[in-house]
Amino acid sequence: MASRELGPGERRFSPASVGADAALLVWFVFSLFPLVWMVLLALKTNAEQISTYFAFTPTLSNFATVLSSEGERLTSVNFTDAILTSVINCVGAVIVSLVIGIPAAYAAGRWQYRGSNDVMFTILSFRFAPELMVIVPLFVIYNQIGLFDTNVGMIWVLQLVTMPLIVWILRSYFQDMPAELEQAALLDGYTRRRAFVMVALPLVRPGIAAAALLAFIFAWNNYVFPLILTGSQHTPVTVAVTRFLGGGGQAYYNLTAAAALIAALPPLLVALSIQRYLVRGLSFGAVKA
Amino acid sequence: MTTTAPPRTPTPAVQREPRPVPAWRRGLRPYVLSIPAVLIIVGILYPFVLGAYYAFLNYAAVVRRPVFIGLANFAEILSDPAFWTSVRVTLHYAVAATVVETVLGIGIALLLNRSTLIGRIFERVLILPLMIAPVIAGVIWGLMFNPQYGVLNYVLGLGSTFDWLGEGTAIWSVILVDVWIYTPFVAILVLAGIRSLPKEPFEASAVDGASWFYMFRRLMLPMMWPYILVAVIFRFMDCLKIFDHVFVLTAGGPGDATRTLQIGAYQNSIIQLQYSQGSTYMFLLWAIVFLTARYLVSVLGKAQRRAAGSEE
Repeated sequence: MASRELGPGERRFSPASVGADAALLVWFVFSLFPLVWMVLLALKTNAEQISTYFAFTPTLSNFATVLSSEGERLTSVNFTDAILTSVINCVGAVIVSLVIGIPAAYAAGRWQYRGSNDVMFTILSFRFAPELMVIVPLFVIYNQIGLFDTNVGMIWVLQLVTMPLIVWILRSYFQDMPAELEQAALLDGYTRRRAFVMVALPLVRPGIAAAALLAFIFAWNNYVFPLILTGSQHTPVTVAVTRFLGGGGQAYYNLTAAAALIAALPPLLVALSIQRYLVRGLSFGAVKA
Repeated sequence: MTTTAPPRTPTPAVQREPRPVPAWRRGLRPYVLSIPAVLIIVGILYPFVLGAYYAFLNYAAVVRRPVFIGLANFAEILSDPAFWTSVRVTLHYAVAATVVETVLGIGIALLLNRSTLIGRIFERVLILPLMIAPVIAGVIWGLMFNPQYGVLNYVLGLGSTFDWLGEGTAIWSVILVDVWIYTPFVAILVLAGIRSLPKEPFEASAVDGASWFYMFRRLMLPMMWPYILVAVIFRFMDCLKIFDHVFVLTAGGPGDATRTLQIGAYQNSIIQLQYSQGSTYMFLLWAIVFLTARYLVSVLGKAQRRAAGSEE
């Protein structure tokens, strides 16, 4: 990284450099302070939680409380179960999205066929559809057919979040893959299917991993679907965290912060691991980077 | 992209001429591959269409037998001042947040592009706010906004009087949280764009003695335009349907100061169980989003073609 060539407009030793670093520093204080404060709050005792001190003796008891039956008593949601529910829902949604999304992305990336643009834009439009437009009818339907407050119901509706992401990211990866490689395999006597499995799929493996992990983050962070479509049995973490806010008329800032920290950790760790691929993922391949 | 080893040639012993696939079946291939995805689309579109249909019924939890009432819901909602308040709040939110995030995002991208040591460290942590759930961001900021116990008034020296989520301030506070979460999104998109630009025009104009600002305005900005537009489109569309952190911070209040369209729809359909009203809200919001998206995507297409042309 250190020996990277300077890009356009870059100057390493400009006199304005100090000012620029100072400006960056201001942004990062603003950007990181809430996260730091959340960590501090999560380490405070009940007596200290309403104080604004930065110096105190940290305790891990809040995390224990959140994960124990005491936390469940306050929120009527078992936080450990909520974590498990989130994992099941998100992994389930990502797997279903991959199984159905990879062939569709391949088809859209390789061929221009009649209706291909319509299918792709319909999928993309999910990204911008107001969630409640779908949730209200689903709320009614789920209540009728018994999918309300179930993991299957959540996995199904999370497709709305994960599918567009996976299809659009992978389409751009398939488009970038030189068609000659597959053609060479076909000339060697591979069938189309084998050429896809043996040549195309391994080449886009980094894309698949990045798309899957990003889809996982988005699914994990979703709030509005479970808010309306789950009850107390299969509450995911995003909803469970907010339960600490009003627990029994009393505020538990430190418990809330601890719960928020636990819920925020998986996406943060995943994001740091796939940072290279984030741009393409977040822009859904609209700008290739 | 990493390249892997070229495919191994199958061993001659088992090599057979693959049975040729008829042309009509080859033409069907992309359709067959897309079938599962299309089925999912249909599975999601069904409730979507149903939701649109609700807008034309008098459907509420208490109504046993909803009947088709045509445009009556639209007439009622379009003449309801509360709806127009929601439209105004939503547009206020979306325009302010998008503008601030775009300007700040471009600024941060330019600062990070200098590739100093501090910049490289900051680049790693830039995206952290973007990666935690917006509702959790709302929870954290809610704790900090509290006038008595929150840390913000203390740190900023505002005493315990400044009410972040009060009547006049709430909308700006929720915009502030949006800026906190999503400015990194604009910044990393723009930064990726800057880094993908060709260097020759910049070197040439540097040789000609052009100032930094001139290069930024006449070279970088025009070439960056497609990237900036993608960021603006994503931000503006998302802001129009904002819900998560606003809901947990203010639930639309105080009064209707932050009652965006999705929160209005939530209050109608889920709290008051007026499914038709909520669906009508959403139908109108969807129409706004759809038309805006069509327009912005066409602008983007033009910009991308122009940028591609200017690179030749």
